[in-house]
Amino acid sequence: MSMASVFSRLERLLPRVSRPIQYVGGELGTVAKDWDSVAVRWALMYPDTYEVGLPNQGVQILYEILNEMPDVLAERTYAVRPDLEVLLREEGIPQFTLENHRPVGAFDLLGVSFATELCYTNLLTALDLAGIPVTSADRDERHPIVVAGGHGAFNPEPIADFIDAAVLGDGEEAVRDITGIVRDWKAEGRPGGRDGVLLRLARTERVYVPRFYDVEYAPDGRIRRVLPNRAGVPSRIGKYTTTELDRWPHPKRPIVPVAETVHERYAVEIFRGCTRGCRFCQAGMITRPVRERSIASIGAMVARGLEFSGFCEVGLMSLSSADHSEIDAICSGLGDRYAESNVSLSLPSTRVDAFNITLAEGLARNGRRTGLTFAPEGGSERIRRVINKMVSEEDLIRTVVAAYSSGWRSVKLYFMCGLPTETDEDVLQIARLAHEVIRAGRVAVGSKDIRATVSIGGFIPKPHTPFQWAPACPPEVIDHRIRLLKQAINANKSLGRAIGIRYSDGESSVVEGLLARGDRRVGAVIRAVWEAGGRFDGWSEHFSFARWQQAAQVELKPFGIDVEWYTTRERAEDEVLPWDHLDPGLDREWLWQEWDNALAENERDDCRWAGCADCGVCPSQGVDIEIGPTGGRLLPS
Amino acid sequence: MAGKRPQPARTQAPVVQRLHLRYAKRGNLRFASHRDFARALERAVRRAGVPIAYSQGFTPHPKISYAGAAPTGVASSAEYLELALRERTDPAAVARALDAALPSGLDVVEAVEAGPGGLADRIDASAWRIEIPGLTVERAAAAVTTFLAATEIHVGRVTKRGERILDVRGPIVRLLVKGEADVAPSGVEGLPCAILDLVVRHVIPTVRPDDVLTGLRAVADLELCESPRATRLAQGGLAAEGEIVDPLAADRDAADWQTSSA
Repeated sequence: MSMASVFSRLERLLPRVSRPIQYVGGELGTVAKDWDSVAVRWALMYPDTYEVGLPNQGVQILYEILNEMPDVLAERTYAVRPDLEVLLREEGIPQFTLENHRPVGAFDLLGVSFATELCYTNLLTALDLAGIPVTSADRDERHPIVVAGGHGAFNPEPIADFIDAAVLGDGEEAVRDITGIVRDWKAEGRPGGRDGVLLRLARTERVYVPRFYDVEYAPDGRIRRVLPNRAGVPSRIGKYTTTELDRWPHPKRPIVPVAETVHERYAVEIFRGCTRGCRFCQAGMITRPVRERSIASIGAMVARGLEFSGFCEVGLMSLSSADHSEIDAICSGLGDRYAESNVSLSLPSTRVDAFNITLAEGLARNGRRTGLTFAPEGGSERIRRVINKMVSEEDLIRTVVAAYSSGWRSVKLYFMCGLPTETDEDVLQIARLAHEVIRAGRVAVGSKDIRATVSIGGFIPKPHTPFQWAPACPPEVIDHRIRLLKQAINANKSLGRAIGIRYSDGESSVVEGLLARGDRRVGAVIRAVWEAGGRFDGWSEHFSFARWQQAAQVELKPFGIDVEWYTTRERAEDEVLPWDHLDPGLDREWLWQEWDNALAENERDDCRWAGCADCGVCPSQGVDIEIGPTGGRLLPS
Repeated sequence: MAGKRPQPARTQAPVVQRLHLRYAKRGNLRFASHRDFARALERAVRRAGVPIAYSQGFTPHPKISYAGAAPTGVASSAEYLELALRERTDPAAVARALDAALPSGLDVVEAVEAGPGGLADRIDASAWRIEIPGLTVERAAAAVTTFLAATEIHVGRVTKRGERILDVRGPIVRLLVKGEADVAPSGVEGLPCAILDLVVRHVIPTVRPDDVLTGLRAVADLELCESPRATRLAQGGLAAEGEIVDPLAADRDAADWQTSSA
């Protein structure tokens, strides 16, 4: 395929679309390399709009690493909005990258990062617009190798027909390995064609190539087994684990958009992985163990990132940032450094203890306060034991009151609904907690001028977690409980006025649940939805539940199964799960034990402080927990 | 709500100097909206280390004020803004540093120390160049003649609040066919491309180049195969001959007067 720029043709369409600046490229921090000067060319995609996709850390890190390699180039592409999609089809203009507006079909590789399953239809749009056959089996040597990454890649079975490969785990070393294999294969004259290079990737045992595995089903619809169909292809595929984060100080040159995006900040990942052991949390299971970045490295990255970008906000990112072994020194150090500036510092807060308030105050020394969110996740002490989120009611109330007393006027409390074993009573406890928080807050502050927002997410069981066997709660039960909760919160008018309620849509949770624990048969549903016009399913204005229902009915019927078979059905211990051959290092027996512990309401401590719990990850990956304190300083001062 | 919150202990440094800047939005960056430009400029101010003054309060904002702004997708080499500084700084150095810190296509052209009076009071009209691919000079001239013969031309513009009707003839000070471009903006060969020279008074709501084109289409039944491209060439006061007076001239005069009287 020609690699010529499509910009002059695209430019004529831009006056007719919304937010045209998102398609123009040329942002600070981007790299536009000479096409002929390199051996391997990657197109990197975040399959949502530019405004959502641009801030994605994974894409920015891999973009920088690949472009730092002298004989490699990486360019970015995002999902085009429906208004431009129509015009591109009318004019025959293909999906393009932003750096040089080259057709995506001209690249060697298309890497797609899936943070959420609801982007799957956008993958099909991009492939189709790029002129790449949507079905992997229809592609040949001329087409890019389509590689999926991100958390979605830990169960890529629903998109197995559309991708060529999936990578589990951290991408830093994975993209280098893949680049090396493709570089050699091209230099040798592409021996074996497309299957030749895919076979080389599969034999690394860390790249999953779905076409080299056959799935057999039992008459009742369950999977009988998954077997490799080629010699030398491993029966299980492992994950990549990046260690020593200080060696990977990316992004050094963050991409600074001219267009408005959802996050406008310099984000530094202060550690990767989490071992709190919340049983619902897929991220906390598949990213083990904890690997910290040192305080010195964090200090240097923040200084350089702000200077380069001109951003005035810093995000200290991780799955539970307050757990960094030197978080106190990091927060007070950065707070001091930027006390005389207008830089705001934020810490995604999930820990519910007074320590969090101290940290937040340290960060806000210049008066720039960011919002505080606490995530008790479950309304009752009982359900919090089930999910292993160890927070006592007293702790929660004390923490929120401390926040009010320190000057925060509003806090956000995050809960889930539809958790395993949950009853109406567990959810109604959220109302009692919220009332108590406001009542105690008013006393402490001596004013009625405080608020709390209760945010409720529908729980979706995810692969590789102790709840992978759990039945999802039917959406009508979740809706019913949220109705009861709203009534209970507003039953006390005075307190209810100070409490806002937000909740996610139950229908999209059903689809997310289907895709999360789906197998290869769900691919036909995704394709049918896409053919019927499905796009941007994560956006409520584009999502159509009816479209998914109809497609699922037609496509799953031949197999004698339906959506509920995937979502609300409890799995037995011996059932072969669609992702069992994909191995993040977690011992399956340990996960089952944790499922038992959940049902028995037994808590489990964090292995950073209470000793190894035998989840299996460290020995299988040959890695260790990497935590401080290093005793280092926040350089430069 | 915020009344009971104690004001932040720190107060922002006072304004000691104001600068007026002319900037351009061109090339691919013409697709930036005004909000996009404003964000990019605030970042450039920080990257360039310009000693900008901030407003007081819980969320201090850099003190930057804009005099109008070209619509999204429309290029301009004559946009204006005012910066308030907390330290006296050489205007030319600020212009150079900001221009270097902005992406190419968002360009700071010049900066002068502000004299008395605001920019808004000195801007009454705009001069535009409009390239219309697919239109010959002859057809353009005929359309312009018909357009100018009318006393009022009402066209609709779709806004977020529904359709607004505006008179696009009233504020036109000058409209003439300037000639023909060698190549249409899209680079399609052999396509004629008439160039219009337009001066329009600023009224409320502002009549934009695309409104004028809508008016031309309405009176002269033009069919256009490609999007026309408009560029603002000048903004400022309106002189008797329909010429535009540089809004920074007053600042330069004030500076000269200060220098000579010192």
